[in-house]
Amino acid sequence: MKVFNNKGDKSTKIGFGEGLLSAGSRNKNLVALGADITSSVGMNIFTERYPERFFSLGIAEQNCVGVAAGLALAGKIPVFSTYGVFAALRTTDQIRISVCYNNLHVIIGGAHAGISVGPDGATHQALEDIAVMRVLPNMTVLSPCDAIQTKLAVEAAVEKLNSPVYIRFGREPVPNFTDENMEFNIGKSQLLHPGSDITIFSTGHLTWHTLQAAYLLEKQNISARVINIHTIKPIDEQAIVKAAKETGAILTAEEHQIFGGFGSAVAEVVVKNYPVPMDFIGMNDNFGESGKPDELMKKYGMTYENIISKAKDLLKRKK
Amino acid sequence: MKKIEELTFISRQIRIDVVKSLAEAGSGHLGASLGLADVFTVLYFSVLNHRPDKPLWEDRDRLILSIGHVAPVLYAALANAGYFPKQELMTLRKLGSRLQGHPGRDHGLPGIELSAGSLGQGLSVAVGMALAAKMDKKLWKVFCINGDGEMQEGSIWEAAMSAAYYKLDNLTTIVDRNKVQIDGENSDVMEIEPLVDKWKSFGWDVLLCNGNDVSKLLKVFSKAKSLSGKPKVIIAETLMGKGVKTIENNYKWHGKVPAKEDVYDFIKQINNAYNF
Repeated sequence: MKVFNNKGDKSTKIGFGEGLLSAGSRNKNLVALGADITSSVGMNIFTERYPERFFSLGIAEQNCVGVAAGLALAGKIPVFSTYGVFAALRTTDQIRISVCYNNLHVIIGGAHAGISVGPDGATHQALEDIAVMRVLPNMTVLSPCDAIQTKLAVEAAVEKLNSPVYIRFGREPVPNFTDENMEFNIGKSQLLHPGSDITIFSTGHLTWHTLQAAYLLEKQNISARVINIHTIKPIDEQAIVKAAKETGAILTAEEHQIFGGFGSAVAEVVVKNYPVPMDFIGMNDNFGESGKPDELMKKYGMTYENIISKAKDLLKRKK
Repeated sequence: MKKIEELTFISRQIRIDVVKSLAEAGSGHLGASLGLADVFTVLYFSVLNHRPDKPLWEDRDRLILSIGHVAPVLYAALANAGYFPKQELMTLRKLGSRLQGHPGRDHGLPGIELSAGSLGQGLSVAVGMALAAKMDKKLWKVFCINGDGEMQEGSIWEAAMSAAYYKLDNLTTIVDRNKVQIDGENSDVMEIEPLVDKWKSFGWDVLLCNGNDVSKLLKVFSKAKSLSGKPKVIIAETLMGKGVKTIENNYKWHGKVPAKEDVYDFIKQINNAYNF
């Protein structure tokens, strides 16, 4: 099976901007809504090319979501993006009623996701957005693993859906390792590495760490299957059940709270269909803090080393 | 345009339908639904450019009901305008009905532009629609109905700021100024005055009007239509429960409905109010 290499670090927010530019060049109905931090979420890549399709709405996120709903009702495809903490959490009621209950094609970009935002500290580290977005009816939740995949996710959100979408991406440059030819099918997981002893499901930035962990586990004769889940909702139930049956142990990895997050979504499928021992990599009911991204990932247990040690512990619980 | 006598006749009918449908439902919001009957009459039978036989006609004016709890008056107006059979009003709030307690588009009732009911959201949606119309150089207009208690929601002012910034003169919002809300008088719950100054300072054209007087409403909408360059707000002073003397201006009737045995008396009071 293919070994993935880092083609150079790149921020997933750049992928977000590039996706808007490419989808926007094909569809003139795509419009962007900004809440003051347009360039720090990568949206400027689109708005500099198409300024007439950009609406600056100021630091008023609740209004941004409502305006997006109105634009969608009148035939536009609005994309609203700000930091995930604000995009998903400050506006939850607006997203629930004006967007999801009306089932409108509004794309919400949750930037600066995860603890890897770093020095800004807890207030700006989105660690609860997956949980809150995935509970809303009609919402699709995308969490691509690198910049290339983020671009594909945006294109799919614009071109393949006609309903609400939340796309999560980060700020720090991270390894860019997938390629444009890997198809992005909403709702379909991606087998990145074969394995028979355990399956590690990962999403977002942690997919790179998970791959590294699997390569190292292989050297210790542990065969870990790595599956990237870029669509947290609707989740690929088939791949999860298959993994449970074939490998008998499941670990999940996400840069997000364990409670209610991606791991919980996987666990819901596992317990209903084929219960096997599981464990979770993620934030353990804590707020983050200031620090360098790699320091924080280490302190809060979200690196390839943590994945390796939890995988080994989990194997001991296997029947 | 319909004559004032005709509009008055329709507003009486809408009030009666509101009372009947809410009594049948057994729960809901009577007070402001009655208070807004004249505003809805004037909108659906004079102001709005719409086609009840073609609810999704692309060039229609859009009416966004932000205060979803007055759905009964919207439904009564739509039914009287011919969007759906009037007998369906009696299914309000019942299982399987297209007439949800607060408007829900997914239930398929013709004429519903937005599922709404969480206060403070509708004006933002109206702003988005008006922006889209401007972008596409469309001539259709956007109308929004807000409540005065709703002015306490911060997001209303975010929306107000953005409408003025984008000079959305294709947007008119109507604030139902009945001065009461669930807990009592607005001024006791949270003062919203000076309301005219607030809207003016946010860059809107502000018009004041007796919201229970059909002829004055006609004039104010026509005045609003003549203004350009800014979004417009009509502060419509209404009486909660208007038409049913025994409940008028009583905040306790915000979220109450008549008992079935009182329907006859309420309708009689409405007819008396119209000298009918």
